[in-house]
Amino acid sequence: MKWQMPKKLLGLAAVGLVAGAGYLALPQKTEAQGAPIRIAYVDPLSGPMAGIGDTGLKNFQFILEEINAKGGANGRRLEIVPYDNKLNAQETIVQVQKAIDDGIRIITQGNGTSFAIAISEFVTKYNERNPGKEVVYLNYAAVDPILTNDKCSYWHFRWDANTEQKMAAITTFMKDRKNVKKVYLINQDYAFGHGVRDLAAKMVKEKRPDIEIVGNEVHPLAKVTDFAPYIAKIKASGADAVITGNWGSDFALLVKAAADAGLQIDWYTFYAGGTGGPTAMKQANLPNRIFAVGEGFANIPHKEAADFEKALRAKYGVSLFYPRGVNQMRMLAAAISQTKSDDPKAIAKALDGMKFQVFHGGEGYMRADDHQFMQPLYMASFGPIKADQPFDEEKTGWGWTIAGKIDLKDTLVQTSCKMNKPS
Amino acid sequence: MAELIIISTLNGVLYGMLLFLMASGLTLIFSMMGVLNFAHASFYMLGAFLGFQISQWAGFIPAIILAPLIAGGLGALVERYGLRTVHKHGHVAELLFTFGLAFIIEEVIQMIWGKLAMDYRVPSFLDFSAFTIYATNYPAYKAFMLVFSIAIFIGLIFLLTRTRAGLIIQASLTHPNMVGMLGHNVPRVFMLVFGLGTSLAAIAGAIAGAAFVTQSNMAALLGPILFVVVVVGGLGSLWGAFVASLLIGLLQTFAIASDWSLSKFFGSYLSPTRGTILFDIWTVTIAQIGPILPYLLLVLVLIFRPTGLFGTRDT
Repeated sequence: MKWQMPKKLLGLAAVGLVAGAGYLALPQKTEAQGAPIRIAYVDPLSGPMAGIGDTGLKNFQFILEEINAKGGANGRRLEIVPYDNKLNAQETIVQVQKAIDDGIRIITQGNGTSFAIAISEFVTKYNERNPGKEVVYLNYAAVDPILTNDKCSYWHFRWDANTEQKMAAITTFMKDRKNVKKVYLINQDYAFGHGVRDLAAKMVKEKRPDIEIVGNEVHPLAKVTDFAPYIAKIKASGADAVITGNWGSDFALLVKAAADAGLQIDWYTFYAGGTGGPTAMKQANLPNRIFAVGEGFANIPHKEAADFEKALRAKYGVSLFYPRGVNQMRMLAAAISQTKSDDPKAIAKALDGMKFQVFHGGEGYMRADDHQFMQPLYMASFGPIKADQPFDEEKTGWGWTIAGKIDLKDTLVQTSCKMNKPS
Repeated sequence: MAELIIISTLNGVLYGMLLFLMASGLTLIFSMMGVLNFAHASFYMLGAFLGFQISQWAGFIPAIILAPLIAGGLGALVERYGLRTVHKHGHVAELLFTFGLAFIIEEVIQMIWGKLAMDYRVPSFLDFSAFTIYATNYPAYKAFMLVFSIAIFIGLIFLLTRTRAGLIIQASLTHPNMVGMLGHNVPRVFMLVFGLGTSLAAIAGAIAGAAFVTQSNMAALLGPILFVVVVVGGLGSLWGAFVASLLIGLLQTFAIASDWSLSKFFGSYLSPTRGTILFDIWTVTIAQIGPILPYLLLVLVLIFRPTGLFGTRDT
């Protein structure tokens, strides 16, 4: 039995202690000085997807603390400033405008492709109209390919692998999963979910023509509380595997309903690791039959990444859901240090084509053609952790095991982007 | 197909019964105040969080008994020290009061428990499958929820129609002055009805929280549908709330199970060009529009039968 309420207080005390101890232990001289360079974090911090937004914010706070402790960017501190977009497109633009009014010229956002497109278009227009006051948009999680294809912008940079790259990874992995004969697609009813659905249908057909797509469902984003009716439909279809791009509570609740019905199938997911997901997956009791694709997972043997993960968990009590966030912020810091400037115009120029050692090891680069960050990808499965695996998720005793790695060269996708680069 | 129909019926009835647990309290409170309690779904959420917390300390059975009692007690306090004072200033003030209360409850819950999902689990003694239909398990916990909510429904009907307390409540709802003249303490009856209503919502929360996800957005997700239930059923009508709950539960569940779209009916004769708005309408399945069907029903009921299915007063 756990004590939830007192734990919160204890947690606060622990945070205080760790922060205090960390402060004492740090070599004071390398601590960054001067006025901070602020980055606006525009994501849902209330409402259905607040859990995801909150975890992301904690991730970024810790990432920046680490960068600042090592001297910051060009000797200056980086600071994340949260803006709540309430998972609403109009509010997203209002908040971006508010951030700009507050004097912030670096925006980061990730949750919700439709909002990402709105920001990218807004920032691009804003920069045309306000030369000398440019704003740069760092996208850590909105993965619709359109952002680096038809609607690409010089001012938009994406660190997450896009839907096409992720689906290619999943379907390539499925080639060797001969138990999969019938696949059911269930996704959220908006641009991202539609993208996942269409790409899954196309790529499964290319790579495993023997697989039959037995169902193709979309449901409203962040509105369904009980997925039991959907699970009944999946069951009735005779599917032996599901492909879903669902994230946040839409994933956790979906899997929870599957657990209740005793649905024994494989799951191929984009975001199973999100807040609430691991708890639901443990309840579904499908050891190593739920897979996720991503640029990194907690149990990858990599000393520096493991130390980082451990420190984050000790301080904020959340897992590193965004290893790409580390890449993003370290590259931002590098761009600022290289150019000795916090001017987004200089930053964008430095990021364009920048090479970088990614968080879990290996080379990555920000492709100059479309501003899509290219990096190795992993497939991981979720199950009881083994003796040599240090990290479980959400205190379930279950964690991620790497099931496959996709090298950078195999993640490259074509782009239709014709970017207007300022001279 | 038979499997899907049976499972969908079970799911629909269960969802409907949970809706009823909440809607019954809401509709009782409406009969009393003449105002929709916007904070009603918040008491559902409060019930879930209290249920979670108490189950951590004392186990599941005490949780589903104590959580509704505490939430009901808080509800009674809200009526006694909040609503009763606000009542003087009319319905709009009461409405705004409950509206504000909903935000306060949500904020307080977030302050105490945070914004993340709680690890509220089905108790181990109910964590098995009760029976298997074809190849789908029906969890014992869901069967428990179903039986439990039906038992409460019967108990509530019995309380309101067969006991002296019930008679006084019914009389107070319609003829408060007369009941007062007869020497009953009407304000106290109102307080108790409010407490009862909120504790019914809390019961629903305490048992549903373990089955679904206990999170600080539960109220926002479920709130709007409750209003649909009480309006469709007829404001103030308990039977109406019952029928409307089941109707909406089944409607939503079967809509999801259905893959029909316009293109399936007419697909071989005509089809709009792909990529146009018309094509989207043409191919959208009933499953996709399932979640808005209750609201469509709401609009239709308000147009064609503003009193609701069983309602007596105008909405």
